[in-house]
Amino acid sequence: MKYEAVIGLEIHSELKTKTKIFCGCATTFGAEQNTHVCPVCLGLPGVLPVINKRVVEFAIRAGLALNCTINKFSKFDRKNYYYPDLPKNFQTSQYDLPIAEKGYVDIDVDGQKKRIRITRIHMEEDAGKLVHSGNTIKDSATSNVDYNRTGVPLIEIVSEPDMATPQEARVYMEKVKSILEYIDVSNCRMEEGNLRADLNVSLRPVGTTALGTKAEMKNINSFKAVEDALAYEIQRQQEVLEDGGHLVQETRTWDPDKGITLSMRTKEAAHDYRYMPEPDLVPIVTTDEEIAAYRKALPELPDARRQRLETEDGLSSYDAGIITGSRELAEYFDAAIVDGADAKLTANWMMGDLAKNLNAEGKTIQDSPVDAKRLGQMIMLISKGTISSKIAKKVFVEMWTSPDAPEKIVKDKGLVQITDTKAIEGIVDAVIAANPKPVADYKGGNTKAIGALVGQVMKQSKGKANPGVVNQLLKAKLDT
Amino acid sequence: MVMDGESMKVTKKDVEDVAVLSRLAIPEEEKEQYTEQLNAFLEYVDNLSAVPTDDIKPTAHVLQLSNVFREDVVKPSLGRELALSNAPLKEDGYFKVPKILED
Amino acid sequence: MRLFDKPAHVLHDMLVNKEITATELTKDVIARIDEVEGDVMAYLTQTREAALAQAAAVDEKIAGGKVISFLEGIPGAVKDNICTKGIKTTCASKILENFVPPYDATVIEKINAAKPVILGKTNMDEFAMGGSTENSAYHLTHNPWNTDCVPGGSSGGSAAAVAAGTAIWAIGSDTGGSIRQPASFCGVVGMKPTYGRVSRYGLVAFASSLDQIGPLARDVTDCANILNIIAGHDAQDSTSIDASVPDYTKALVADIKGLKIGLPREYFVKGMDADVEKAVRTAVKQMESLGAEIVEISLPHTEYAISTYYLIAPAEAATNLERYDGVSYGERVDGADIVEMMTNTRSRKFGKEVKRRIMIGNYALSAGYYDAYYLKSLRVRTLIKQDFDKAFEKVDAIVAPTAPTPAFKIGEMVSDPLKMYLQDVCTVPLNLAGLPGISLPCGFSNKHMPIGLQIIGKPLGEETILRAAYTYEQSQGFYKEMAELGGKKA
Repeated sequence: MKYEAVIGLEIHSELKTKTKIFCGCATTFGAEQNTHVCPVCLGLPGVLPVINKRVVEFAIRAGLALNCTINKFSKFDRKNYYYPDLPKNFQTSQYDLPIAEKGYVDIDVDGQKKRIRITRIHMEEDAGKLVHSGNTIKDSATSNVDYNRTGVPLIEIVSEPDMATPQEARVYMEKVKSILEYIDVSNCRMEEGNLRADLNVSLRPVGTTALGTKAEMKNINSFKAVEDALAYEIQRQQEVLEDGGHLVQETRTWDPDKGITLSMRTKEAAHDYRYMPEPDLVPIVTTDEEIAAYRKALPELPDARRQRLETEDGLSSYDAGIITGSRELAEYFDAAIVDGADAKLTANWMMGDLAKNLNAEGKTIQDSPVDAKRLGQMIMLISKGTISSKIAKKVFVEMWTSPDAPEKIVKDKGLVQITDTKAIEGIVDAVIAANPKPVADYKGGNTKAIGALVGQVMKQSKGKANPGVVNQLLKAKLDT
Repeated sequence: MVMDGESMKVTKKDVEDVAVLSRLAIPEEEKEQYTEQLNAFLEYVDNLSAVPTDDIKPTAHVLQLSNVFREDVVKPSLGRELALSNAPLKEDGYFKVPKILED
Repeated sequence: MRLFDKPAHVLHDMLVNKEITATELTKDVIARIDEVEGDVMAYLTQTREAALAQAAAVDEKIAGGKVISFLEGIPGAVKDNICTKGIKTTCASKILENFVPPYDATVIEKINAAKPVILGKTNMDEFAMGGSTENSAYHLTHNPWNTDCVPGGSSGGSAAAVAAGTAIWAIGSDTGGSIRQPASFCGVVGMKPTYGRVSRYGLVAFASSLDQIGPLARDVTDCANILNIIAGHDAQDSTSIDASVPDYTKALVADIKGLKIGLPREYFVKGMDADVEKAVRTAVKQMESLGAEIVEISLPHTEYAISTYYLIAPAEAATNLERYDGVSYGERVDGADIVEMMTNTRSRKFGKEVKRRIMIGNYALSAGYYDAYYLKSLRVRTLIKQDFDKAFEKVDAIVAPTAPTPAFKIGEMVSDPLKMYLQDVCTVPLNLAGLPGISLPCGFSNKHMPIGLQIIGKPLGEETILRAAYTYEQSQGFYKEMAELGGKKA
């Protein structure tokens, strides 16, 4: 039997507020253990939470950017479970009336568009951090608890099981990340755990609609792990089914080192969350006017920006997709072309030499040694014919290590393109004289033979001759 | 759901399950008593089933308050020493706990 | 001259007139503690040294010619479920045996700003679960009027201290009657303000949607003065009402002419003590003769209040008490792993009634039963509230007994939790509806045990019920009588 995978994601994204969701403790990453704590986030007897207004604003912004309906009446609930990183042994979260519901994200996988529906977005508090005495939780006789992260605000974005491949899941998560970055509600630093996902996957025979038994993998915090864990899990489930075995609904851990998922033994009774309305918090009521104002204040989102790059700047769909894939890339692009640099050429350079150099040094676009303004200036030099594309590559290498403007580099290094026909004419004449074979070929009707002659001229001019002018001159002389 | 004493009868197994949820260990000899008391209690509160409430909204809060927020402004934290002052066991500025089972 | 038997407003005037010093007063109350605390046992923690230092500071201030405020220099006590920075706060539970809060409850900050003398923390039912203070993990508290009887609960220590003269005033908390019922049993005045009128920040939660802090005092005048100090909005409590606080002492006017007072027929329940019924009905007649208009009313869902309360309160308590797990504060009983440690800690350090309510609460919240029990109780809660809304369209206040009986014998009810729960029939509806209520003495049983009259107000109707209570109080002398207790009267 042929099976297909059914995948749904629960993405947890840390919101970039200054303070925690229910108290005034700072959310700064990397502070010394148990220094960003107060009676409220420690869950001491007698304390009460008060909602951080920014959290609600950010959650609504995310809801709108992900095409959700904002619930005009929303409330918090207690999700009860015991864990030492959860001081109250309940997580203050949202259950039946989350802040946003029924949205979607459009993804593009290998040129195929697909809509992934979003079930809901809710606000909740993060748990603390456990430091184990051994290498893993399993082989640790004791663990230590740091409550700095306890109460850091999160939104959980729950998708419908609309994805069918690990690649779709990855692209979906990348898209959500880029949207959250565009609307500036999360830093999305995956290495700091700002963005992580719980993956739900099940299999069903192709052509059927009923959902199979699912497995859940929690806290996956890299795109690669999303793809790898799902690929492994789909394979595993398929093998069990093909062997006539039975799957059990379970939570499995992903071991990135071994590349496998492992079952976690769970007591069923311990997983009754006993949700109840949070009596210490009052509901959140949002009016139509407020929602409209939030909507109006949203920045341009990736899809719209991609559309703009295609129609206004003439980029291909593919290029526009890459450039708008992250807010930083898109902003770099806009800044590069703002003074008039050619859009297509800029895109090519960004995805070519710039990307190559950044990758080689493990840098992000934000700390690129060549900023958008200088790249734009360089591209304008190409367009004006001051330098050739070939010379530009040299200029770019110089720019990587020098803070100088490209114009100055071109001047200082004597890289200005020779467009003076007189200066080139001498070289052309010499090349024609020294290469009788290509000349004969060309004259004999093989027009391609001119390429070899152009190459020779360029070589002798050390690349400074304007290839267009060279071409023109050669043709003029050979055709007569 | 209908509350008729019959189908809602609490069993010893129910008591054991709720004890797990409550992180309480009920000694074997007390399970019977808990079962009886829980059943007596449920029988008592069963008088609510006579009240028609289909069209009645639940009241989780008596006050009609909404939108109580705080500004996103950092306040001083407690300080680690005070934070750990009531800890049963601590180590290097952490709260120390015994072996954690994955669950 | 003994001072412990006087209300705070009398002592305040004596301090202002320099007839006494705060130190003399504090020493006299401490002497009273030495005399009778062995019989009453109202305190869990005493803070005598700090108290004398506080008194000395007030004396210095008075000597310096400065004006003092109402509670300044007057010794009082605080229920042990209200967090006091640097002073042990146990909730009368073994699980918090050595817990010293690193912060003050908002109500403590407000009280401390008034510079009173704090004598200590009072006994209570563990985590405020109970109506007799017999559920304290530490010791019983005895009713000063008959030490074989309970003081009521859960604020039994606070009520007994005020009644015994071992505190001039006290602070308690009321989730289902925990201020009013012990006030009634001990012959003092106790008030549960409107839900949200007094900040809950720092009150160790029992049932968050029902809990409210309030005063216990010798008379209505003291009660109004203390309410002035503790009431008000708190940005740290999202359920706190953001409304200005009137001067409640302005309500201390002996005049209820034309006041419409409702008498709910459902509150005179079957099995009610005959002495209680007689005393309350006599008090109602008295109010009528003082000019109030008595209107018979019906609160038809009263018979469901106990069931509703005993589903909602344990459900909230079950989650509120999850935090006591031995991880970051409180006692820990070791175990091989974290689950065992948490389970051992909770099993050994929680008392029987607390465990029973946690079990009930978790059962009512668990999958499959949520709708039938918890959600159902929230719906009936709406009906109970609507009963009051309708009644208050016709009346300004409602009078009823505070408790169906006077104080009962220690041990009489411990074996029958359900019978104990029935004690709360007249008090829990107010918590469910968030209404203010005051209990004040209205007579004695044939065994000379105090009986309380409960006056119930609209939301934020504290002034109306204070006026009604004050008018009634001043028309008779029950409040002047103190328990004998071997101590000497002035």
